[in-house]
Amino acid sequence: MTKTHVTTTINGEVIEFLCEPSDTLLAVLRNELQLTGTKEGCGSGDCGSCSVTIDGRLVCSCLVLGVEAEGVEIGTVEGVADKDKLHVIQEKFLEHAALQCGICTPGLIVSAKALLDENPEPTEEEARYYLAGNLCRCTGYDKIIRAVMDSAEVMRGDAQS
Amino acid sequence: MVSVVYEAPGSVADAVTLLVNSDITASVLAGGTDLLIQMQSMVNETRLVVDLKKIPEMMNAILDDEGLQLGPCMSCAEFTSREDIKLVYPGLVESAYLIGSTQIQGRASIGGNLCNSSPAADTVPALIANNARCVIVGPSGERSLTVEEFTTGVGENCLAKGELVSLIKVPRPAANTSDAYLRFIPRSEMDIAVAGAGVSITLDEDGICTAARVSIGAVAPIVLVVPEAADALLGTKVDTTALQAVADAASAASTPITDRRGTHEYRRHVVGVLAKRAAAIAAERVRGVQS
Repeated sequence: MTKTHVTTTINGEVIEFLCEPSDTLLAVLRNELQLTGTKEGCGSGDCGSCSVTIDGRLVCSCLVLGVEAEGVEIGTVEGVADKDKLHVIQEKFLEHAALQCGICTPGLIVSAKALLDENPEPTEEEARYYLAGNLCRCTGYDKIIRAVMDSAEVMRGDAQS
Repeated sequence: MVSVVYEAPGSVADAVTLLVNSDITASVLAGGTDLLIQMQSMVNETRLVVDLKKIPEMMNAILDDEGLQLGPCMSCAEFTSREDIKLVYPGLVESAYLIGSTQIQGRASIGGNLCNSSPAADTVPALIANNARCVIVGPSGERSLTVEEFTTGVGENCLAKGELVSLIKVPRPAANTSDAYLRFIPRSEMDIAVAGAGVSITLDEDGICTAARVSIGAVAPIVLVVPEAADALLGTKVDTTALQAVADAASAASTPITDRRGTHEYRRHVVGVLAKRAAAIAAERVRGVQS
């Protein structure tokens, strides 16, 4: 098979890559571009570990073809921190110990950021529904939700100051 | 995984040409949340994948006096964020909001939900309750079908080689009309319907039902229209007796299977309860606007 040339933007940077047309975006991110922060869990859109944004919309990168990345803007977990400075959400995940094994964490960080970008003041119920597509088998979710709600409060304060 | 030949045409005409001229099996790609899963289990097959998301009119939704003209590939996330559409068709928007997770809604589309032709497709009963039609474009031109005519069996529909759904048209509801969609799943999120019911109701100034549509999902090989349930509402004030008749008619019309999500008997009962509750919600929505 001839590989397809794709030009896309990832975390604000224009990136070109070659891929098989059957490769998922997840496979391209991890295997071609070495952006291994995005994790593969189920590979069938059920667990949310591979969450990224495409043109601002949260999606599972395992259910997107790499060739579909042509001309769009992709956001991955690698783009959440500002160089060495962690994003508030990342800090709050550490502070609240909202992770154990860590496989779901990148997906949850990307999803939590998408939630708070869309809705800076979610209720706990809204946050739980929004994040229902991110499975975590370790924490029981409570610490994750506490981290997200705390992040929301800090981010609202930062926005006001 | 299948070997893919990927095309992303810029117009419906180009998409039809690609589909018609393909000498290998061709699939239309909308959100891909069903197609990519299906392709994972294929081996030693080459497949043409025609991505429709680069065609502007496939991604748009226009709401005007005539009703809604929905680009079939618009993501459910974008669709459910449209407050103007939610005001007119709250039940249809609810049905799209129930599909999968936030991530799935970021890709999945109403046209894809229709063309995947699952009996459990959440948006289909809501489309049918709203008298929606789909426009099909193919090599011999354009035709239009009601949504209930479109699906012919489990995973089967009226599309012939080279054809695709280019538009979903939902007529503007009459005055004092509203809709609702309810489904039941064993958990609170992220599952496939055990049963679902979409209802549209029109009330006159005295609160008497003058028109109704009831559609039920996941309880037969295709999504069903239940005229007996709609008839049970006509001429009533959508009171307890009428609602029970809706439930009985919906249960009677259903022919569900038994699987790990529910038994035949359970689904039959639950679909009646959902139809009754959806009718009550739709009527309450009309009364809310009237008062």
